[in-house]
Amino acid sequence: MKFHHKIRTEVSLLTIVAASAGTLESSDCLVTVVPAEVDGIRYEGANRAIFLNRTEKIAREIMERYPIENASIRIQDQGALEVTLRARIETAVERALEGARQ
Amino acid sequence: MKTRINAIGREVPLDVRGVGEFVPYESPFGRIDTFASRSVTHARLRVAERGQNKVTDSLEGAIRKSGLEDGMTISFHHHLRNGDAVIPMVLEKLKEMGFRNLTFAPSSIPDSHDCVADYIECGLIGRLYTSGVRGKLGRLISSGRAGIPVVIRSHGGRARAIEEGTISIDVAFLAAPTCDSLGNISGSTGPSACGSLGYAITDATYAAHVIAITDNLVDPPIKGRVSIPQYRVDQIVRVASLGDPQKIATGAARITRNPSDLKIAENAFRLMKASGIIAPGFSFQMGAGGASLAVSVYLEEYMKKKGIVGSFGLGGISGHMSRMQREGLFKAIFDVQSFDAAVTESMSENPGHVEIDSSWYANPFNSGCLVHNLDCVILAALDVDINFNVNVLVGNDGALRGASGGHCDTAAGARLSIVALPSFRGGVCSIKDSVRNVTTPGETVDAIVTERGILINPLRKDLLESAEFTKLPVIDIHDLKRRIEKMTGRQDPRDSVNGDIVAVVEYRDGSLIDCVRQVEDL
Amino acid sequence: MKREERDGKRRLCRSMLYIPGDSPGMIQNAEVFGADSILLDLEDSIAESAKDSARKMVRSFLSGFDFGGLFVTVRVNSPDTAYFERDLREIVPCRPDAIRVPKCGTPADIMAAKALIAKIEQDSGIPEGSVKIHAMIETAIGVENAYLIASASERVSALTIGGQDLTADMFARKTREGWELFYARSRIVMAARAAGIMAFDTVWADINDSEGLFSETKQIVELGFDGKAAIHPSQIEVIHKAFRPDAREAARARRIVEAAERALREGKGVISVDGRMVDAPVVARAERLVEIASLYEYEEDNTL
Repeated sequence: MKFHHKIRTEVSLLTIVAASAGTLESSDCLVTVVPAEVDGIRYEGANRAIFLNRTEKIAREIMERYPIENASIRIQDQGALEVTLRARIETAVERALEGARQ
Repeated sequence: MKTRINAIGREVPLDVRGVGEFVPYESPFGRIDTFASRSVTHARLRVAERGQNKVTDSLEGAIRKSGLEDGMTISFHHHLRNGDAVIPMVLEKLKEMGFRNLTFAPSSIPDSHDCVADYIECGLIGRLYTSGVRGKLGRLISSGRAGIPVVIRSHGGRARAIEEGTISIDVAFLAAPTCDSLGNISGSTGPSACGSLGYAITDATYAAHVIAITDNLVDPPIKGRVSIPQYRVDQIVRVASLGDPQKIATGAARITRNPSDLKIAENAFRLMKASGIIAPGFSFQMGAGGASLAVSVYLEEYMKKKGIVGSFGLGGISGHMSRMQREGLFKAIFDVQSFDAAVTESMSENPGHVEIDSSWYANPFNSGCLVHNLDCVILAALDVDINFNVNVLVGNDGALRGASGGHCDTAAGARLSIVALPSFRGGVCSIKDSVRNVTTPGETVDAIVTERGILINPLRKDLLESAEFTKLPVIDIHDLKRRIEKMTGRQDPRDSVNGDIVAVVEYRDGSLIDCVRQVEDL
Repeated sequence: MKREERDGKRRLCRSMLYIPGDSPGMIQNAEVFGADSILLDLEDSIAESAKDSARKMVRSFLSGFDFGGLFVTVRVNSPDTAYFERDLREIVPCRPDAIRVPKCGTPADIMAAKALIAKIEQDSGIPEGSVKIHAMIETAIGVENAYLIASASERVSALTIGGQDLTADMFARKTREGWELFYARSRIVMAARAAGIMAFDTVWADINDSEGLFSETKQIVELGFDGKAAIHPSQIEVIHKAFRPDAREAARARRIVEAAERALREGKGVISVDGRMVDAPVVARAERLVEIASLYEYEEDNTL
């Protein structure tokens, strides 16, 4: 699955470094972003059966807001609410970018 | 397979291969009220040789002597909970002896018994009748790989099925915490004591052959309460251990400190109070869950303060319930299944603690079961739907992971049935458009209580009025669903194509209320 | 009682529960704990390495979560840290009910925070003045400047005392009775009342000592505080119990409020209760007591 980067032309794409955010406690999720040859989203956890599409959509939306590509994102869901998922994905992506800038 | 849509819109089969014909569910009491009388199957009368020695150390010998053949029905009880070693022990022996295609009809299957899945796969078990299925076994069945007929029954429904002969037990293997050499069994003493043997009593009464399995063989007469008398027991097998006593007699459940559960309990208690049901002569059943236990703490305090003495506590009995009885808040407790060690002690010492069988507890087709005399029950659930239907069997992934238990029996019988559950759990909204599986029909559920509000069945206008009059946080079920789904998001739409039927779910009257369908990727 | 009914002129905040900003499991239960308000914390309960994720989490909850009408305050990192501005930039646009600003020592601290918040409000297109400031007083200089801080801006809607840091700053020894804070507490309530804003007390740190919490809360209620912070959900009930007016006090307050309403209806200038004249401040206090007492109405015929 490919991310579309509307801002690609304005911001030079950064090569990210591996980063993660969140925990494996209940109601939380652990999000890991790693450089990868192919962009991808991996969603794991008990809610995969009912929330796979929803979660991939959220993750794609967030990724599109950031100037990155060649990133693989893994979400280990421990029963996180949508707001929690969003916060963790954003934090992981920003950490990955922050690491790249340094 | 011929199917029909039942009264709550569920497609159910009219016959199940290898089991027989079924009728679709109509209404909670429709079938029951039309039976003025009914015939009960008679157990084959057993005459033992006088002075016969029933005791043997050989399980294999006992099985041979029982006359068990391929295709016959064997039963077990689940009173030893996760400490039980008897079910695996017997199944392994049967497999070793080369039996095949048996109907496995335990009262339920403890969570720990994943091994049952192996005995299905090897062909030992050819049919499964149970109250519940979890873990590896649940996944095996739901994935369609088990390939055997599965019928799920409530505790009351199982008692009914045994009495009417739908389940005809050929050999009952009954774990006996204490057994004297004449065959008198007690559940409340011995190293593997578990309290009530309520479900086993029914099996012992109707099975063609009963084998008691004990790790505590004593000289007669047995001390204290006799759960099952000697004249129902054909053989006694002495074994080293029935299982792990730590897991059989678990310590008393602690009152939850989870704020969400406490809030649910508070709301449930306030609803009970508002309904006016907590009055002298009050009868009550609660589940073993966190919120349920906390309700009883509020209840205890309130009954003490108001000087209310209830009539009886019923059901699976917790240590807390038995304490309330000892404190005089209930005159008696009727115990079909004891939840913890504290109860076991109470049963052996306390005359107000009555051991009841599953028919007395919940069988709708007799001259009066106790759930029909119940004022209030607090029940748990996996999820519910906007029609107040309750699912206690199937998880979000479609796999079987629960037990029917006394859920639909008590919901139908009690004057006030409350389902207590968090509004969302593990990031998933507990209120669905339509539950994946109906265990208990919405028309028998008076209220659903969550930490974020009380949902009252529109059929219970009186209850709604009392709740609103006392300013309880009542909320429409659709409104709460919308509110929660804003937090959790909406579930991905499910494939409309239904999988094959992998299990049928009986209502307590024997009609089919729903079936469980195959899910591919488990 | 429904939240909306309580949202009237001045919200009652007997208890304010601190929840670490990086704990989604706790934040999602905020409504259930029973506190009158919650404090989402980005400061002391958050490790340096989690400042970014906590900020993100709080922001995400504020913008997409239904707190069920709870009064929500966010405690940001103190102005002398690099996090302060970033916290405000991410949090203010989500419009929490208030921002709790740590370590306010002088009116200049308020003016700086105010300017920054106003700028962010403007940038994000929300009405200026939407986000209130709860000024935390936790230094000796702050105590001495309490009134100046309270009255520095319309935005300041509460003073709150930070006991642990203040005790240290005073070189005082902490006592269970808390008398080392007596002066500071009195001064802060007085300053808040003089400025017409609310006053909140510090936390009780020992979560196993609910007796100590109860007696301290009783004490601060007597001093005139509006509420007290809690660091654990189990403290909420204890705090609420301490705020409960006794039956006689509540009954008298009701008589005063009724008498005042009667006097207003009948156009009388003098209010008399139980044969004694009462003045406006007594009526105001009585109104507040009646409001607080109403929160316990349900419990009156209950064992809960």
